[in-house]
Amino acid sequence: MAVVIETPNSPRTRKQANWEKYGWLFMRVSGPLLIVLIFTHLVVNLVVGDGIKAIDFAFVAGKWADPFWQVWDMAMLWLALIHGTNGMRTIVNDYVEKETLRKGLVTTLWAVGGLLILLGTLVIFTFDPCPAGAAAELLPSFCPAN
Amino acid sequence: MDKAIAEVASFTVTLMIRRFDPEVDEEPKWVDYDVEMFGTDRVLDALHKIKWEIDGSLTFRRSCAHGVCGSDAMRINGRNRLACKTLIKDLDISNPIYIEPIKGLPVEKDLIVNMEPFYQAYRDINPFLMASDTPAKERLQSPEDRARYDDTTKCILCAACTTSCPVFWTDGQYFGPAAIVNAHRFIFDSRDEGAQVRIDILNDKEGVWRCRTTFNCTEACPRGIEVTKAIAEVKQAILRGRP
Repeated sequence: MAVVIETPNSPRTRKQANWEKYGWLFMRVSGPLLIVLIFTHLVVNLVVGDGIKAIDFAFVAGKWADPFWQVWDMAMLWLALIHGTNGMRTIVNDYVEKETLRKGLVTTLWAVGGLLILLGTLVIFTFDPCPAGAAAELLPSFCPAN
Repeated sequence: MDKAIAEVASFTVTLMIRRFDPEVDEEPKWVDYDVEMFGTDRVLDALHKIKWEIDGSLTFRRSCAHGVCGSDAMRINGRNRLACKTLIKDLDISNPIYIEPIKGLPVEKDLIVNMEPFYQAYRDINPFLMASDTPAKERLQSPEDRARYDDTTKCILCAACTTSCPVFWTDGQYFGPAAIVNAHRFIFDSRDEGAQVRIDILNDKEGVWRCRTTFNCTEACPRGIEVTKAIAEVKQAILRGRP
């Protein structure tokens, strides 16, 4: 009878799927996108037109009345917060040795990041510079109530 | 013959060596030695001089002493190098030369560390040819296919790269540059059929994604392997799903 020698390595059982690959890829894609988004944002706000003097409540209200800037600011908000939070998660994973502490910190990071994304998105899309029924002295000068 | 040409300049150099005797010391300590060395001497020669003429208890690894076996990687003036490939005259001899064991692995005595975690990571990537056919005849390969992974065949497993990696210092679970370099050597070998297996192994939480591209490994490699580039190529292979 022929002797069968087992292969030295049993086939590796697939470990639970991990998102490290997608996390890494996200950082590479969001980084260049953020450079474009943020620097255009800075130029539009601080350089073109009247430059930095143009910025006031009305300027922001005007931008957020335009769906283009709503989407622009939302993209910036989402990408920057996820990029930053994922970067912090990476540092925590590298340097925190205690597993419970590591899990706690990573959970806190995503909770804070998620909350900020939620609140920011809410503000961008529900922003109303002249809410109906508000006290007149609290409204900016350009609202029709004044 | 002219005497001036025949003579090699000699100088006194101070070596500060991080010493630790587990039977006596609680903590490693710096010990200094003054030795008379020549312009042709290497750091390993200075260590030999100390061990053979001053203090026989000084402990370090060395085998071939010519940059091939990879036994004497150590941290010299804050950089990982092979003691047998570092000429003393190339260092700043107006100051003491600081010699420490490589970082990130447990120190056993003086300059000797426990290399087991390093070797385990090497074993984990299956560092052998995986082929399904019977080895009845030579497996041929074109010069171009051979050139694809030529750089990573140069590894001598000295651990200079892995122990220069800040991620490895803080996270001992990380495979480390050397293991990834040796995986690269087989992943991109046209004769090997185990690329998928190795790609799966390195697509791990502690795999290639831990690499932060700090280039410490490339700088430390005494064989001049472009380690960070090899890691990047493995990352690309994982993204593609094939070599």
